[in-house]
Amino acid sequence: MSILHTVNKSPFQKNDLRSCLNHANSDDAILLIEDGVYGALSGTEFSLLTSSSDADIYCLKADLAARGFDKNRVSDGVKLVDYDGFVDLVAQNDAVNSWL
Amino acid sequence: MKFAIVVNEGPYTHQASDTAFQFTRAALAKGHEIVRVFFYHDGVNNGTKLAVPPQDDRHIPNNWAKLGKDNQLDLVLCIAAAQRRGILDEKEAKRQGKDASNVIDGFRISGLGQLIEAGIEADRTVTFGD
Repeated sequence: MSILHTVNKSPFQKNDLRSCLNHANSDDAILLIEDGVYGALSGTEFSLLTSSSDADIYCLKADLAARGFDKNRVSDGVKLVDYDGFVDLVAQNDAVNSWL
Repeated sequence: MKFAIVVNEGPYTHQASDTAFQFTRAALAKGHEIVRVFFYHDGVNNGTKLAVPPQDDRHIPNNWAKLGKDNQLDLVLCIAAAQRRGILDEKEAKRQGKDASNVIDGFRISGLGQLIEAGIEADRTVTFGD
């Protein structure tokens, strides 16, 4: 059973992304939304954590753009999705766990 | 596929309601069914008809109401959360002896059982909050 984890907190403020990465299995997906997109940025202490995760990591493009970043600032291995992609991730995985 | 949506935050204070709205719209556009949108905790503030945001800003309660009307969505406000926050439909206002009601057309007030039922009926439940 695969789970889509959504993380909406900045990892610089809350521990949700780190906890999520520790819990996620290799067939899970993690989607960074809202302030969670700060976890997708390259060159931060979280870049290594996300790039070494077995789970697939996605980032919501609109929320990244709303915070002034584009794909050039995103860590290797983090895939960008739009809302259509968000919907597809929900459908593709068996359950959704929102890290609120 | 059938989705249930849960919104736990009010409009304008947090992005959750905007994200839930965009997600719901995208899911409908892709042909998925939205079993119910359940507004819980501060999320019930999305159902007020008295919001008057600046004209150049998005009108979150009206946007939800329109999306609901256009797609025959079941938009449900949690009754216990709504009563605490002064969100009353006409029936509840009368029952509580209040002289005004403020639930926008297209939303309805009901109990937590509606959340449980939505979770059972839907293939996926997606929660948006803080």
